[in-house]
Amino acid sequence: MPHISLKNLSIAYGEHKVLQDVTVDIPDSQITVIIGPSGCGKTTLLKSLNRLLDLNEDVKVTGDVLIDGVNTYDGNADILALRKKMGFLSQRPYPLPMSIYDNIAFGPRVHRVSRERIIQQINDLEGRVVDIPSGKNSQMDVLVESYLRLAGLWDEVKGRLHTPASRLSIGQQQRLALARALAVEPEAILADEPTSALDPLSAQLIEKQFKFLKKNYTIVVVTHILRQARRIADYVIFLYLGELVEHGPAEKIFGNPSDERTKAYISGEIS
Amino acid sequence: MLISLVLVLIMLAGIIVITVYKGAPAFTLSMLIETPKGGYYLGKEGGIANAIVGSLFLAIGASFCSILIAIPVAFGLQKEYTGWRFASFTKLVLDVLWGTPSIVYGAFGFVIMVYFGLRASLLGGIIVLTLLMLPIMVRSMEEVIRTIPLELKEISYALGTTRIETTIAVVLRQALPGIVTAVLLAFGRGIGDAASILFTAGYTDYIPQSLFDPVASLPLAVFFQIGTPIPEVQERAYASALVLLLIVLFVSVVSRLLSHKFSKNIVR
Repeated sequence: MPHISLKNLSIAYGEHKVLQDVTVDIPDSQITVIIGPSGCGKTTLLKSLNRLLDLNEDVKVTGDVLIDGVNTYDGNADILALRKKMGFLSQRPYPLPMSIYDNIAFGPRVHRVSRERIIQQINDLEGRVVDIPSGKNSQMDVLVESYLRLAGLWDEVKGRLHTPASRLSIGQQQRLALARALAVEPEAILADEPTSALDPLSAQLIEKQFKFLKKNYTIVVVTHILRQARRIADYVIFLYLGELVEHGPAEKIFGNPSDERTKAYISGEIS
Repeated sequence: MLISLVLVLIMLAGIIVITVYKGAPAFTLSMLIETPKGGYYLGKEGGIANAIVGSLFLAIGASFCSILIAIPVAFGLQKEYTGWRFASFTKLVLDVLWGTPSIVYGAFGFVIMVYFGLRASLLGGIIVLTLLMLPIMVRSMEEVIRTIPLELKEISYALGTTRIETTIAVVLRQALPGIVTAVLLAFGRGIGDAASILFTAGYTDYIPQSLFDPVASLPLAVFFQIGTPIPEVQERAYASALVLLLIVLFVSVVSRLLSHKFSKNIVR
């Protein structure tokens, strides 16, 4: 069973219906890209997966969002645990108002992860038993280094871990955001147009990182850049005016779409 | 726009020039470190250390109390915690309180103190000044906190944090420079206010030894000295005003520095 599965999901802000009757399974260990014109509900769909929608006022959700078989919109669902499972990258990568180091350590500290558990986490991540030097907080130092390496940022920041994260370039900030999200051990990564504020080189780095990470994480990316979708997608979901028009493997959607609207969008007739 | 700016600068310069010009002859070390001796108000020896220390005690004490109350209230008024009806009603009340003349606070404080059988004291002054400073602090802090981008909060929530964790670890840090400015604004109003502490803090020639002693203050020192017919004493009034200006200047500079230090971590 896939980690993420949507059943008859409809979402409305007040009277305004944003998504209607969406049913789709999101494949594990692949990059799923949600495409569609602006205002078609891409971000709403993404944010329903970790219930960030709750922060908006007057949102009505019907249908099921099943994460590991649990309906997250069930009243008893543990929202905090759910959000930990879903790493999130926003359009603009806001660093938390603290140092680079503290940005990564933020999650494990807030969740009061024990030293033993962190050492276990590092070993799992590296796939071997890592030597942790003795000393207070040494496990956190190693953890921070591991995740900065995983996000491809370590070499650029290793000499200034304790300087404010706000001084990083915006491309570096997005990779920091990735490392920060990964540090709470999510199963999936949800990214909302993660490269739209970035220069082409930084965007390329993020895409490369996604391709590298997909073997261990389910990745869902919202984008309005078709060329980006072509570059990274394994699976594609096409939304149009709140309706799930078509979904399937990338080759199928880009090579031989069945719906007229998908054809029109892919060929650039509508945007 | 240029004319208004020039006008503001001229007024500010005028205040400073007059205070310095008239107060400089009386601005001596002994004035800063001595309390009034016998006959001080007739132009004899002594200083206004009682008022300097008194004003600092009052303003710092009241700022401290106000911060403790204002920060939770300012966060509580955000939409994560309160419905907009209650929040906007509270803000309206605070705006009215902000505009209330300080003599009203003084009279209110006096009535309460009489009821409880307290006499004019440092404690009474601090309580009334706290009431005076609270609306300023809460409203300015609340504005700052409200402008914090939703995306930043989303990022924090997405890491699986609770509302309280996000508020304290992320939003409070992000708002810190603005909170410092809010404290400065309230401090300036508090230390310069005479009417509210006229009845509640009293006036004395001594430095208070406990919270229940009456306490002198710079605005009242200016008031009492400027009202005498003796030129030397009037000079001292201007010198006292100069001290008050210097304190406010010092606090402004320190809070700017602090605010700048806290801003380093922040992306706008």
